[in-house]
Amino acid sequence: MPRNETVTGNRQRDFGAALLNPELPLPQGIVGPHGKNAVKRFAVYRNNVTVSLIDALAGIFPAIQRLVGESFFRDMARLYLAKEPPRSPVIFEYGGGFAAFLERFEPLARYPYLPDVARLERAWLDAFHAADADPLHPGSLGAIPPEHLAGTTFTAHPATRIVRSGFAAVSIFSASREDRALEGIKPGDAEDGLIIRPSDAVEVRRLPAGAAEFFTALIAGASLGEAAGETIARHPGFDLPSAISAMLEAGVFSGCSFGAANSEETA
Amino acid sequence: MSQKTLIGASALAGAVAMAISGATFLASTQGAAAATEKCYGVAMAGKNDCAAGPGTTCAGTSKVDYQGNAWKNVDAGTCTTMSLEGGRMGSLEPLDRDLPA
Repeated sequence: MPRNETVTGNRQRDFGAALLNPELPLPQGIVGPHGKNAVKRFAVYRNNVTVSLIDALAGIFPAIQRLVGESFFRDMARLYLAKEPPRSPVIFEYGGGFAAFLERFEPLARYPYLPDVARLERAWLDAFHAADADPLHPGSLGAIPPEHLAGTTFTAHPATRIVRSGFAAVSIFSASREDRALEGIKPGDAEDGLIIRPSDAVEVRRLPAGAAEFFTALIAGASLGEAAGETIARHPGFDLPSAISAMLEAGVFSGCSFGAANSEETA
Repeated sequence: MSQKTLIGASALAGAVAMAISGATFLASTQGAAAATEKCYGVAMAGKNDCAAGPGTTCAGTSKVDYQGNAWKNVDAGTCTTMSLEGGRMGSLEPLDRDLPA
């Protein structure tokens, strides 16, 4: 076969499959400069692909790697990438299904908080790469006539993510990322995490009871009146002023509007 | 739009007013955003920063110390005042010194 023949269709699929499965034969047409089958060369390439994807997963999920140990993590990452190779050519988007993989990964069944820690790590990188936007200016919310506040809706900042966990995922995530001991953390305490990027640095914060529901409802497009009313109904002690103050301070939203009039924020 | 509102308009206005009265924070976060600058030619090999950040391949890829076309985030205003080994200086623009062979 001519060396520069375009690789298409089945052949591309065979090539991709053989990259991730060493049991498969050398893809057709992979030859060295003298026309011989390039078995060793392909093995080198296959190894580079695998190792670089494992490195990428270690870069995206450093807390998980620290929690399970490097050698365990690398062996597990190898199994994951064979099952779920990247779908995007953009490597920082990899690992979207890693949390779900951890949930089903038998050897880690005794550590049920790990999937949520992985969700926080994936959300951290999503927030890191999200588009820039100025946070909602408190004055824009203050300028809305009181009678229109109940109907006011908000636009989430592109970096905002919320991860709710039945475990102490936020505390475990923070301790692991900061290389602190896990002593004193009760894994079974439910925690909600807010991921934001107020300037150029991603922050992960623990939310008080009710705040995750309140923010999630607002992000989904509920009005301030609906979101506040439903949250207070479920959490009678919900501190609404603090939650609004926190969302302004953290830059959870980038704009707000009421009815036809629009007061999109532009700093 | 659903109008299922379980909280009074005045309670809502009060909450918003209270939230905003404590709002002295925005200037500080915007100030923080401008506090660093890209400084070329100062990073040790493999310690450069990258616009795309962790999980990508360009952070930490510089091959030589003080590589002229690799940059690091430093405190704003400090880049060009940095003097380094061998009389080198930091720069806000890429340099053509110390490029990998």
